[in-house]
Amino acid sequence: MAISGNDGGRSLLPGAAAVVLVTVFLIILLRVENQKAIIALLALGIGAVIAANRLGLLKPVAHSFSEREDALGLLAIVATFAVGAVFHEDHFVLLLVCTVVLYTVATLGLSIQFGYAGVLNFAGASFFGIGAYTAAVLSQHTAVPHLLVLLIGGLMAALIGSLLLLPVLRTRGHYAAVVTIAFALLFKTFLEVNDVLGGPQGLQVRGMTILGWSFNDNIEIGGVELSFYLNYFVMSMMIVVLAFVVVRRLERSWIGLNLDALRLDETAAGCFGLNIVRWKITAFLLGNSLIGVAGTLHGMVVGFVQPNNYTFADSLVLVSILLLGGIGNPWGVAVATVIVVIVPEKLQVIQEYRFFLYAALVMMVLLFRPEGLLPRPVRRYFPGWRP
Amino acid sequence: MDLGLVAQYTMNGLMLGMMYALVAVGFTLFFGVLDVIKFSHGDVLTVGAFTALASFIGLQSIGLSSDAVELLAMLVAALGAMALLGAFIARAFILPLRSAPALNTLLITLMLGTVLREAVRLFYPDGANPKPFPRLLPADSINIGNFNLRLDNAILLTAGALVIVGLQLLLNRTKLGLAIRAVAQDEETAKTMGVNFNAIVLITFAIGSALAAFAGLMNGLYYNEINFGIGLYLGVVGFSAAIIGGLGSIYGAILGGFLFAGLQTIGAVALPFASAYKDVFAFAVVIALMAWRPTGLIPEKLSERV
Repeated sequence: MAISGNDGGRSLLPGAAAVVLVTVFLIILLRVENQKAIIALLALGIGAVIAANRLGLLKPVAHSFSEREDALGLLAIVATFAVGAVFHEDHFVLLLVCTVVLYTVATLGLSIQFGYAGVLNFAGASFFGIGAYTAAVLSQHTAVPHLLVLLIGGLMAALIGSLLLLPVLRTRGHYAAVVTIAFALLFKTFLEVNDVLGGPQGLQVRGMTILGWSFNDNIEIGGVELSFYLNYFVMSMMIVVLAFVVVRRLERSWIGLNLDALRLDETAAGCFGLNIVRWKITAFLLGNSLIGVAGTLHGMVVGFVQPNNYTFADSLVLVSILLLGGIGNPWGVAVATVIVVIVPEKLQVIQEYRFFLYAALVMMVLLFRPEGLLPRPVRRYFPGWRP
Repeated sequence: MDLGLVAQYTMNGLMLGMMYALVAVGFTLFFGVLDVIKFSHGDVLTVGAFTALASFIGLQSIGLSSDAVELLAMLVAALGAMALLGAFIARAFILPLRSAPALNTLLITLMLGTVLREAVRLFYPDGANPKPFPRLLPADSINIGNFNLRLDNAILLTAGALVIVGLQLLLNRTKLGLAIRAVAQDEETAKTMGVNFNAIVLITFAIGSALAAFAGLMNGLYYNEINFGIGLYLGVVGFSAAIIGGLGSIYGAILGGFLFAGLQTIGAVALPFASAYKDVFAFAVVIALMAWRPTGLIPEKLSERV
């Protein structure tokens, strides 16, 4: 197959078809309520993916994603908005979609840390929670404009994360892991015993208001009633697109190259004059602030925060998403988030068992397909270049 | 502060230290033979404690009521089952990933820990709530001034000390111990000397996991309550204790365990707000210690080769 920058139509088609198919599947899945039908649908979906893989249909899809990423990215945005439009009056589904989108932002942050710089962070949910608690405190006690609250939430996550910088920088591998695990446990216990932050009951979060536009009122346009979650949906989409662009640019830039070098061999990277400490700090804080921003908005969407939403198990779910999707591949992260968040919400039977199932699933992935569902492609240095 | 109270706190600290040390020794053993950290170690402890509880309930239902027999049965069941589980974990999840990046081993054991923890929460009857653990040791106490020495605590401490001494003897005086130490020191050479590497790894994991089960049983008998989260807590603390003592060194792990318990006890006495923030303080100490001495007070045997 001739590979060049402008074999446009042919390389776009498989990717576009995949996006459309996935979107249609999602809409049907979200629409169906009957548990048996959902199980059948999920089985159908898994079967279809396995069959496509066997028939070699996934290769062209991956190829078109790496060739025409911008166009397909736009299509994916349109597709997500289409999902939003189909469910414009369904509170529950829109809340679910918002959660998916914001979790994607958080895992993008995590993938800067894990996937690029190789800095371990097993306290993802804690930084998510820091954002949410920031939203709760600021919206209750101050009149800080809510867009600014989003930023402050991200900053707070980075700031509290920077307390961990010293141990994280001084340790490696399993030692670094235990630092963040200890932090995740500390964070949850701290919230539970701290009365100022509401203790185990948590706090209420006021809804978002921007320039007098209250996000928690239903919208009515020309007699059509729209769910108020649509506000949050649009906001979340803006953030995820921004985060996606940032992560993608970062990966392709020389910074991403530095981070890759750092992850693959710290000593060698140091020998070539890379400032290891600086890049580790950058990755850790940048990742945390993305997680924090996502957490802040999520707190506002859900309307309340409590310690039980930000446990170590939740942090592990975020890591599971990363591993399922393929460490370092933002598209994989997005797909994995959809699976991990939506399936237990739709399939009530497994809701209670989700931590158990994800952990078991990740173990299977590690044993049989360590690179994840959608492995990160080899870095492309020039358009149309193939290793 | 009067002497009785000091003795009380010391007793409490020693008890904690013994549990931490038992867990830390497990971490250090695994690290010794395979250079891996098994993050599911703490949760093996939980499963061990629940196995003991389940076998107690089983014995009750067939009408046995002798405390000593019950305790012995629980001990055998928990230690035996966890030894098997530990060997199985090594066989199924850790040995196959030897050639994979270290991160994968870390992640798989972390996830395995979650699977075990969640399995206890979901599949043990009413496992999400704390379960009462039977008092099987004599609860008499001897009063020495203000301090009352409870007999069950004394027995637990002695038993813990005996286990550690026994492990020492096993490692230093037997052929098996020699083989374990040989594998820990140099895998290749040990193999050429005719040591069955896989068997030694499995046995080491069995021993370490049985120690965790013992710690779990101790924890249950001391607090008379167990829940599905104890292992996570004891695992993190035990791992930190192993690090403080320098991974790979048995004495270091024991020292680390008692040191950590000491710090925690002092923290609980010295800081007025500490009772509510007990665990927060413990984890903060873990983080601070990692920042201060990333590879422990006693450094690892070998520095990392580039």
